[in-house]
Amino acid sequence: MKLLASPAVRVGISISIATGLYGVSFGALAVTAGLNFWQTMALSLLLFSGGSQFAFIGVVAGGGSGIAAMSAATLLGMRNGIYGMQLNALLRPTGWRKYVGAQLTIDESTATSTGQTDPDEQRRGFWTAGAGVYVLWNLFTAVGALAGSGLGDPKQWGLDGAAVAAFLALLWPRLKGREPIAIAVVCAVATVAAVPFVPAGIPILVAALVAALMGWFSHGRRDEGLEPDIEPYGAHQRQDATEARRPGRQRTEGPDPGEGV
Amino acid sequence: MSLWIWLLIACALAYGWKLVGYFVPARFLEDPRTSRIAGTMTIGLLASLTVVNAVVSGHGLAADARLGALAAAALALILRAPFLVVVIAGAGTAALLRMLGWN
Repeated sequence: MKLLASPAVRVGISISIATGLYGVSFGALAVTAGLNFWQTMALSLLLFSGGSQFAFIGVVAGGGSGIAAMSAATLLGMRNGIYGMQLNALLRPTGWRKYVGAQLTIDESTATSTGQTDPDEQRRGFWTAGAGVYVLWNLFTAVGALAGSGLGDPKQWGLDGAAVAAFLALLWPRLKGREPIAIAVVCAVATVAAVPFVPAGIPILVAALVAALMGWFSHGRRDEGLEPDIEPYGAHQRQDATEARRPGRQRTEGPDPGEGV
Repeated sequence: MSLWIWLLIACALAYGWKLVGYFVPARFLEDPRTSRIAGTMTIGLLASLTVVNAVVSGHGLAADARLGALAAAALALILRAPFLVVVIAGAGTAALLRMLGWN
């Protein structure tokens, strides 16, 4: 098949399988957190952003309110807006593609696309990874939700330990360099300090506020923390992907719509 | 029922963020501060969620089997294990520690 000769399509397919598979853990954890099957599926079908989905069920599992869960998920989703801006400049989608593409705008599809240099490959990478992850993530969420609801006591199976591991695994690839580690430590301490004084779920939002303030006053890399959970191109090509992802760089490829008018 | 409402609002806002990128003129988001805050908040929230799920119990802290899960997950990540293996290592360790009597 001709399409399989495209590096972006091949990377997109492998990232889809790797990411889609861990939808199993999301599905199982969501039902043990107290969501029913359709609530779990609604998160994967409609919200479709791994970190935000785990955040929502993580807050619910810790006894937090619906509004706290919604807030944590929404704050984590902000980075998808940045990805959308980058992809809009890169792929210049029109009509319905903007609306469908927006839903598929996540860490993995962005990283697969921006890791390519040829515009056609960037487009293929985005759509392959976006659609591939969407289909498999939802499929495996359903598998996990069905399996999780038949498990009995979730603690006996260590599913609360699975949630801890999932969050650490989501955090891990973003801890590159001293500043991200400092942010993580400060936010962890802020969380623990807030726990005795505020309702469940709120310490997470306190940490978000602290992190936002650190971002406001810091001078770190502008794409800090914007790494995918699974790196599609490995460490060697990471530098290129990082470069291509900087919105400023795209200005060299065409006139900036914001200037010269 | 109220969980459904917040869940659907979360879904709508998540799609809203994604759409913003495609429809708001790039210069509004080009301020490096905007993407930096999106990044630092991602790190901060994930760090916070890790801690809450590992050691928080009600309004206090608890050292239970989840702490073992955290250590096992960290070890798996240092060994560059894939995501699903990390999650299984966390679950397996917590389950094992409980079986041994450490709650």
